[in-house]
Amino acid sequence: MNIFAGIGRTTMASLRETGQIANFARRGAFSWVSGPFYWRAFFNSLWRIGFASLPVVGLTAIFTGAALALNIYDGSLRFNAETFLPQILGVSIVRELGPVLAALMVAGRCSSAMAAEIGTMRVTEQIDAMSTLAVEPFKYLIAPRILATTLALPVLVLIADIIGVYGGYLVSVYALDFSGPIYVRNIAEFLENRDVISGLIKAAVFGFLIATMGCYYGYHSRGGAQGVGAATRTAVVAAAVVVLASNYFMTSLLVEF
Amino acid sequence: MGDANTTISVRDLHKSFGTNDVLRGVDLDLDRGKSLVVIGGSGTGKSVLAKCILGLVRADQGSIEINGRDIARQTESDRRYMTGLSGMLFQGAALFDSLPVWENIAFRLIYSQRKSRSAAREKAADCLSQVGLAPEIGDLFPSELSGGMQKRVGLARAIAADPQILFFDEPTTGLDPIMADVINNLILERVKALGATAISITHDMASARKIADEIAMLYQGRIIWRGRPEEIENSNNPMVEQFVHGRAEGPIKMALRRR
Repeated sequence: MNIFAGIGRTTMASLRETGQIANFARRGAFSWVSGPFYWRAFFNSLWRIGFASLPVVGLTAIFTGAALALNIYDGSLRFNAETFLPQILGVSIVRELGPVLAALMVAGRCSSAMAAEIGTMRVTEQIDAMSTLAVEPFKYLIAPRILATTLALPVLVLIADIIGVYGGYLVSVYALDFSGPIYVRNIAEFLENRDVISGLIKAAVFGFLIATMGCYYGYHSRGGAQGVGAATRTAVVAAAVVVLASNYFMTSLLVEF
Repeated sequence: MGDANTTISVRDLHKSFGTNDVLRGVDLDLDRGKSLVVIGGSGTGKSVLAKCILGLVRADQGSIEINGRDIARQTESDRRYMTGLSGMLFQGAALFDSLPVWENIAFRLIYSQRKSRSAAREKAADCLSQVGLAPEIGDLFPSELSGGMQKRVGLARAIAADPQILFFDEPTTGLDPIMADVINNLILERVKALGATAISITHDMASARKIADEIAMLYQGRIIWRGRPEEIENSNNPMVEQFVHGRAEGPIKMALRRR
């Protein structure tokens, strides 16, 4: 009997939390509509989330592209299809690895930072202080972060796509004796707009989810350093899991188009 | 309804967190321009009381009238009304550590009243001088300031928009006695200059005696005594006496664990 009660309790708790997160996301994404919109906070977030993530996203992309080239070459050699390496690599990067890996890196970098920053503001009463100063924390803290991440991630992914393909280029041309111009032409001719666009749509959704997780767990952190630590950990794990889970569902929807 | 002179009127206020009944029927009236100090042991709900009145915590039951308007239900417009006319100095100052001092002080002016940054900056410098700090302090970040200076900046931030009602949460906690007295003087001075109504929370009796027109003691979720500072020595209330003289033995038993 206790087992069932436990299962029921856990189910109810997780459903309740899902509902709260959804509500939080809606409030966060739309709170600015009734104004004011804090441009300064928005550009600040855009800088820290978008621009400052470039190095880590670029590094991830170039090494992934390079390793992918080796793997595809080795695999396709078994049925003499190695000339298709650029096409396979291009599709893999643009549709799947670019968006997912960039999102995971941003999840690690930014949802943790958001949870820690907002969580510290919560436990040191800075969020309460903001309310007493007639500035809504949702408009000043949450909305700019969610919007900035949602807008920045597609751009980051586009850059990651290019760098990833270039990583594959380096390995193909300098290690596997492909011709550079042919590599580029094959990818350019083979890739369709929808390959790239589906990746960018995914990226926007990932950005929204990552920021929501970081802000939600930070905003609801309790206690002192330990509470903020727990919030940060939960935020990163939750962000990574929702990125991977939503990736599957979005992919299954997007391949239909 | 309180009479026309009453700024704050709290009736039968209840608030629980889970099974912990923090406020169990608080009644409180405060006339315009008066300074009330609420004393009481740690964890007796002093901060919760202030946060309920301020609109940061929603009460379970009871009414809170500010200038005759009941804000206990805390609708969006209630909260806007209350934050519009009040300011608060937080226990740990609660300065925004990502912003320089001047922008902390001018935060409401810039982000709520949408004043220009240069006008807000001028006002911030003015507020800094009102709390005895040089304008150059404005360019520092809160983490570069001592505890006493942070409190002063917190005070400057609270008064920057000329509030009618001021809240002070443990204004002298963690400060040396001299700095504590400096803060007390500043509070007295600023409250008087603004003509504001003030509610302070403290367990520092020296501070309470100095800044209070009246002192109220909160115990077990209710106001058990209220009177003028000079009356507190002869309150004839064993609990007040125990608290004022800081005795471990007496009717108030300190819970060693949180319930």
